[in-house]
Amino acid sequence: MNALAFYLLSAAAIFSTLMAISRRELIHAVVYLVLSFFSLALIFFMMGAPLIAALEVLIYAGAIMVLFLFIVMMLEMGAAKIPLTPFRKVWGPAVVIAAVIFFSMAILFFGTPQTAVSPMTAFVSPRRFGQALYTKYYLAVEAVSLLLLFALVGALYLGKRDNNP
Amino acid sequence: MMPPFSYVLVLSAILFGLGVVCVAVRRNLIMILIGVEIIINAAGLAFVAGSLRWNMPEGQIFVLFLAAMAASEVSVGLAMIVYLHKKKKTVNIDHFDEMKE
Repeated sequence: MNALAFYLLSAAAIFSTLMAISRRELIHAVVYLVLSFFSLALIFFMMGAPLIAALEVLIYAGAIMVLFLFIVMMLEMGAAKIPLTPFRKVWGPAVVIAAVIFFSMAILFFGTPQTAVSPMTAFVSPRRFGQALYTKYYLAVEAVSLLLLFALVGALYLGKRDNNP
Repeated sequence: MMPPFSYVLVLSAILFGLGVVCVAVRRNLIMILIGVEIIINAAGLAFVAGSLRWNMPEGQIFVLFLAAMAASEVSVGLAMIVYLHKKKKTVNIDHFDEMKE
């Protein structure tokens, strides 16, 4: 993995995530998040996960974010400017939680010896991925398919027409 | 040159913290779901980094399950948001503080 490309991509991911969580227009936030997912997909590709990179683009940036855009436009909240929460009300707990996470991460970071990641790229090919998925973890695939089925039934029930006032 | 393994973990932690801040600070239900998406992605980044570090495909397989979980969570969550919006004409969570309608 090229170190410079990694730094550039992580800077892009952090910047676009920062922009996404601070936007007042929902459409802008969603589009910035798509940018963040694209840079994360490139990082996945460089870290030897080509199939996961493709799935990141297809599922997250493609399906989930389009679903978000669809709902935002359906509820006609695209142009509305959502006021940001005043600082003193809720920022305290958020800052405390984030500081705890960063502090524990810093302990891990400076307390362990710096090992370089293995230089191989594309070390899990889609063939190896699929073989491991459908031989060793086929039961987990069944469980995940059940989860998706339950999500489908739940979304259908919530969206039923006579359910609404 | 390779960046060290812990740099990837630091990136994952930064994204996770940003997601937590988004969930805790924003009052809009859709922004809260977006924060959960950021958190799940940061966890997936840590999984892929561990998969590369120990040269095992299990980390990447778990990222696939994470994606399925995120997709189901978002579909049910957005259906709930549409339902609540039809009931109360708002998606601000400060207006959803009682169980009775």
